[in-house]
Amino acid sequence: MTILSDLGGIIGISLMYSAPLLYTSLGGVLSENSGVVNIGLEGMMTIGAFAGAAVAYFTQNPWIGFVAAAIAGGLLALLHAVACVTFTADHVVSGIAINFIGPGLALFLTKIFFDGAAMTIPLDLDHKIPRPLNGFFSSISVSNDILKEIVGTLDSIFNQYATVYIAFILVFVIWFVLYKTKIGLRIRSVGEHPRAADTLGINVYAVKYLAVILSGVLAGLGGAAMSIAVVSNFRAALISGQGFIALAAMIFGKWRPQGAMWGCLLFGAAQGLSIYLGGTTLGISSQLLAMLPYIITLIVLMLFVGESNGPAANGQPYEKNQA
Amino acid sequence: MKQSKILITLISIILGLLVGGIALLIAGFNPIEAYGIMFNGIFGSPKYIAWTIVRSTPLILTGISVAFAFKTGLFNIGAEGQYIIGSLAATLVGYFLEAPIIIHAIVAILAGCLAAAIWGGIAGLLKAKFGINEVITTIMLNWTALYFSNFVVFWEPFKRPNRDASQKILDTASIEILEKWKISDAGKEVLNSNEFLKDFLNPPINFGFIIAVLIAILVWYILKHTTLGYQLKAVGFNKDAAEYGGIDVKKKMIISMAIAGAIAGVAGATQVLGVSKETAILATTEGYGFDGIAVALIASNHPIASIPAGLLFGGLKYAGSKLQPNIGAPMEVINITIGVIVFFIAMPKLIQIITSFVSRRKRGVEVDDTK
Repeated sequence: MTILSDLGGIIGISLMYSAPLLYTSLGGVLSENSGVVNIGLEGMMTIGAFAGAAVAYFTQNPWIGFVAAAIAGGLLALLHAVACVTFTADHVVSGIAINFIGPGLALFLTKIFFDGAAMTIPLDLDHKIPRPLNGFFSSISVSNDILKEIVGTLDSIFNQYATVYIAFILVFVIWFVLYKTKIGLRIRSVGEHPRAADTLGINVYAVKYLAVILSGVLAGLGGAAMSIAVVSNFRAALISGQGFIALAAMIFGKWRPQGAMWGCLLFGAAQGLSIYLGGTTLGISSQLLAMLPYIITLIVLMLFVGESNGPAANGQPYEKNQA
Repeated sequence: MKQSKILITLISIILGLLVGGIALLIAGFNPIEAYGIMFNGIFGSPKYIAWTIVRSTPLILTGISVAFAFKTGLFNIGAEGQYIIGSLAATLVGYFLEAPIIIHAIVAILAGCLAAAIWGGIAGLLKAKFGINEVITTIMLNWTALYFSNFVVFWEPFKRPNRDASQKILDTASIEILEKWKISDAGKEVLNSNEFLKDFLNPPINFGFIIAVLIAILVWYILKHTTLGYQLKAVGFNKDAAEYGGIDVKKKMIISMAIAGAIAGVAGATQVLGVSKETAILATTEGYGFDGIAVALIASNHPIASIPAGLLFGGLKYAGSKLQPNIGAPMEVINITIGVIVFFIAMPKLIQIITSFVSRRKRGVEVDDTK
């Protein structure tokens, strides 16, 4: 009967690893639906991870850290918006710049505020993001062995940091905003055909600014979901590639929030599987296991995803007065 | 590169250094002192100049790789992984193959080149056959390359006991210049009487830089003067038009990514054969590929301009590492500076506004003078 608890373990790890990706991926969905390619998610995530960990440490309150991460990510995204929307920059080039500025600034500030150390001082467990269901299932007293097993499994699946729950709630929120509200329609119309949207009286620039800044806010939250939940501090290689993987998940999900969620879950599950296999006695090389999530993602992409096309005007600079 | 582009790049570099200085100032360091240390850290002695060249070589090559792919309409984020595969293959050939000097090095470089070309070609193939965006595939392949390289280095006959690295390459495969002579009695005698040469040859100065320059010229020639280059650029410029014009677009995508991979592979190979002599077990990527993207952008995707751009980046990184020991300023200011340079390069419109504003002011002053 260990299958059940093993499965619970894999699902638990999958959810934990998916969450930071999910925030960031949703950020990508917002930005790119408004027509601004955001390859700078990685940098925004890193600055969020730093701001979250640093502020949470100094205030000893993870939630203030979480908000600070959102602000930091949003500010970095503002730079991207200024470049791409106002100064018609090449979105990819600006995004690459963000990916140098974000991590550079994050480590620079870490060393300034933490006496030259390359990491922030770790938060103790009580000051990390809480786990709302911690001990909930194990408090249920059951006598039966099978029931105990089930309770234990539920515990390893649902005993997650609050950031994990928020991430999945946000999938619904972003979906609702994008497809059921006026502002969502505006974001999408600006990404599909900015000139038509402009003709209808939509302020194209304002909508794009909003979407890009929100994408930074979400990416910042994704970074914090890593630094003050999955681990307990910010350090040099903490965010190394997650922003790009989130971007990949977004493309995998065909630029839709729920699709991005499946992409993130796929990657998280592959990660969970590889960690689970590493803990077994099968003796597979840990290096080969570490490759697994990437290879699984590639294979799934080959099998199930064909040519994926984003919003029609994605990546194109828009200038009001030009034909 | 057009003159206006060069101007924009130069202004961006100045603005980048300015913002880096402001960051240092806010953090409580003297930016003039910091830049003084950095300037001295590059040009202060022949040894420093040699180190700058050595450190810049892989960046120049990954820069050319990214620039080449960009020219053909592909975004090669995968230079990182191609670099890793290139170094791994070169180390394997450098250690296991026994061959005479020079030939051994050439075979090792070609092995790195070929392996990385295949690695890059996979991304091209996945794009051509399955329509998967190369940004996704190359990111996945970067991490796959990293762990694959670690896996091979852990292989018993290849791993150096008690070290987190592979065996060292054989001396015959080395491309370090005058490596043996430097430590021979005759060499020491000559060097002791020539301070400049002694200092310059202190770092592992190697043929990598010369190879990088040759590749830059070769890539420029291919893009500018060959049918293949014309076709590749046509695909990059307008895929549908190229197809209509009878170009096999899919095949060209694969070729383009393979060539880009090969160039990044040479970067890895020369680094192994000339500098590190081994492949280390890596916890995370070293960043040569990502730095190469910045190099390519600073060079406006021109292969030959990648040489000064790579030297600039390599120099800043090398000199930046001297900030911490000297004045305690974090070397990450270099990444901020590079980021800001790229950021301004992304916005030619802003720079044009600034320059036209400045020139208008100038004209205004001239008018005042005539009064």
